Amino acid sequence: MGLSFYNTMKKLRILFVAAMLTNVAFAQTTATKSDVGHASVKTLEGKEFNTSAISNDGKPFIIDFWATWCKPCVAELDAINEEYVDWQKETGVKVFAVSIDDSRSMSRVAPYVAGKGWDYTILLDPNGDFKRAMNVNSVPHTFLFDGTGKLVTQHNNYSAGDEDNLFEEIKKLSGK
Amino acid sequence: MNKKLLFIGLSLLMIIFSQNCLYAQQSNTMSNLSGNFEVNSQYYRPDSAILAPDVPEKFLSNGFFNLNYESGNFKAGLRYESYLNALQGFDPNYRGSGITYRFAQFTKDEITITAGNFYDQFGNGLIFRSYEERALGVDNAMDGLHIKYNPYKGIVLKGFVAEQRNFFSKGPGIVRGFDGDVQLNDVFDLWADKKLRLGVGGSFVSKYQKDNSPTRILPENIGAYAFRTNLSYGNWLLNAEYANKINDPSIVNNFIYKNGEALLVNINYAKKGFGAQVSGKRVDNMNYRSDRGATGNSLFINYLPAINKQLTYRLSTLYPFATQPNGEMGAAGEIYINCKPGSFFGGEYGTKISLSASAVNDIKQTTVSNDTLGYASDFFAIGDNRYYQDVTFELNKKLTKNDKLIFTYIYQVYDKNVIEGKIEQQQVTAHICVIDYLHKFDSKHSIRTEIQHLLTDEDKKNWAMLLLEYSVSPKWSVTAFDEWNYGNEDPDHRFHYYNASMVYTKGPTRIGLGYARQRAGLLCVGGVCRYVPASNGFNVTVTSRF
Repeated sequence: MGLSFYNTMKKLRILFVAAMLTNVAFAQTTATKSDVGHASVKTLEGKEFNTSAISNDGKPFIIDFWATWCKPCVAELDAINEEYVDWQKETGVKVFAVSIDDSRSMSRVAPYVAGKGWDYTILLDPNGDFKRAMNVNSVPHTFLFDGTGKLVTQHNNYSAGDEDNLFEEIKKLSGK
Repeated sequence: MNKKLLFIGLSLLMIIFSQNCLYAQQSNTMSNLSGNFEVNSQYYRPDSAILAPDVPEKFLSNGFFNLNYESGNFKAGLRYESYLNALQGFDPNYRGSGITYRFAQFTKDEITITAGNFYDQFGNGLIFRSYEERALGVDNAMDGLHIKYNPYKGIVLKGFVAEQRNFFSKGPGIVRGFDGDVQLNDVFDLWADKKLRLGVGGSFVSKYQKDNSPTRILPENIGAYAFRTNLSYGNWLLNAEYANKINDPSIVNNFIYKNGEALLVNINYAKKGFGAQVSGKRVDNMNYRSDRGATGNSLFINYLPAINKQLTYRLSTLYPFATQPNGEMGAAGEIYINCKPGSFFGGEYGTKISLSASAVNDIKQTTVSNDTLGYASDFFAIGDNRYYQDVTFELNKKLTKNDKLIFTYIYQVYDKNVIEGKIEQQQVTAHICVIDYLHKFDSKHSIRTEIQHLLTDEDKKNWAMLLLEYSVSPKWSVTAFDEWNYGNEDPDHRFHYYNASMVYTKGPTRIGLGYARQRAGLLCVGGVCRYVPASNGFNVTVTSRF
């Protein structure tokens, strides 16, 4: 025993404290992470918007990737639109519809949305930066997040009736 | 003594490791690793009747896998692509496998630095756009250094120096660019709530390529600049961009020394229930690539968006328009109306109507005394040749609680000679009608049908198409369709191009299996097209993200 043991225990003690500290550090960085990818997109007014700011005051939210040229995407957003007022009343859910229309059709998005009568928050992602950050391959791709930004469910297709399944999931999140 | 130390050490490590794992599970994030992948494969059967090319490999496959790592302010990723061999219609330079995209990125407060590959766009892309469109095999990713800096709210500055991806290697040119964007309402607090919103931006891009020509003196540094503005007032929005490029002799413009110019103007009005848009465009000698000898879809530095509406129904894609970089002038307009339920046209559930029109002509070219300039062109003079024209009408109506109808009529005029590079002069005029009808049996089962018809006296004459799609929400969908060229002058060429497929979707994963006798045609996304030859065989697609 003696000095060598004392030195070893000292080293171990330091190691142990360091390990505990790193654990605390990790806890702080991972516990607050949201599943929403980070990218720069634009609002319809031309303002830059960082997607890490996407939230809904602790209530669930949907990020829906679409394009004006994607028929099933538009069909899905039309179907959700028919129920949107009721969905919001019951659960407070919010839809962020991210258009991947590039500069060919990007200028069409605002009038197109107006002509459809949609009430969603529209974001423009003309060069696919947010699409890449969320690892989306093709549209439609719809993500449902809970109030903390944790990904709950997603879907990469649209068939009539999918919006009902989506609403069931949203209701579960709001404890209904 | 050593064994004791080892045992304590290992236990400590296990405690650390399990604690971290526990935290990772509690936060249930995508952890720090994410990505996606896709595989498209096809088995080709010989079919000389429809002129399907011979495929000696019989089985072709394209695939890619993206892997991204993110931790705090640091992000890194890579992509592995595999073409063994590439599907028909993809550039045969896509051959083999390898890592084609890799980057490391660090963000701190207002600055983001990327080393390696990156994509970006300046304004509308008139002088710089680097992007990927995997379905077309378009990927002009940059490889170098990129910096983005927000010195003050409302101001974004970007700069880069890079080479450009060319299939599995790089183009010979070096590209550098700088862009500044200022949104005045975000810069000045006094303006923050003003109804009038104004933004301005400017960019400068230059490419360097060594002059190896024994016969000509070619400029080695070719610069281009662009100015843009976005102005909105209430429901109105104006978006305009002008670009100018110095002399850039290349194989695409027959090595002339003329300047290049482009102008894009959009005005739109949007108020809930009604939207309208008008746009105008001029392109003159704007082919800009990081290799003056490049053709096809490779090494584009810029992106010239097509002005006409993107059409998606199958028969409306028989004659698709792609921007002509050497010169064109076009205008387009669209209106969208939402007739609410109860209103005159609205009916019980509401009706949506849209109407659009577009026309693209060549530019007026006048001869010049100096041969090397090629030609001169007055900025506002429109050429006499109509490249493309269309008028579309769409009616979208919910008939009952379980029935939806979309009726579309399209009138197209298409200059086959210019757009497809054919020798015989041929302008095709076509009338297309589509009925797209959805019936829901209950909350899970639905059937959708498309009846399409194309009427024309030119080219292959008339076509008809019938599609049936049966879906069981949320996972299954079965589709079958047939395109029939019944009007073809040659009775032996009145082929049925049939297609049957089944798709299974669960969460982020989609698996498709199909069999098709497919006609030759152009697959276009955003004004960039890929020619797909005729084929006959099975295909399978698997795509997912994690």
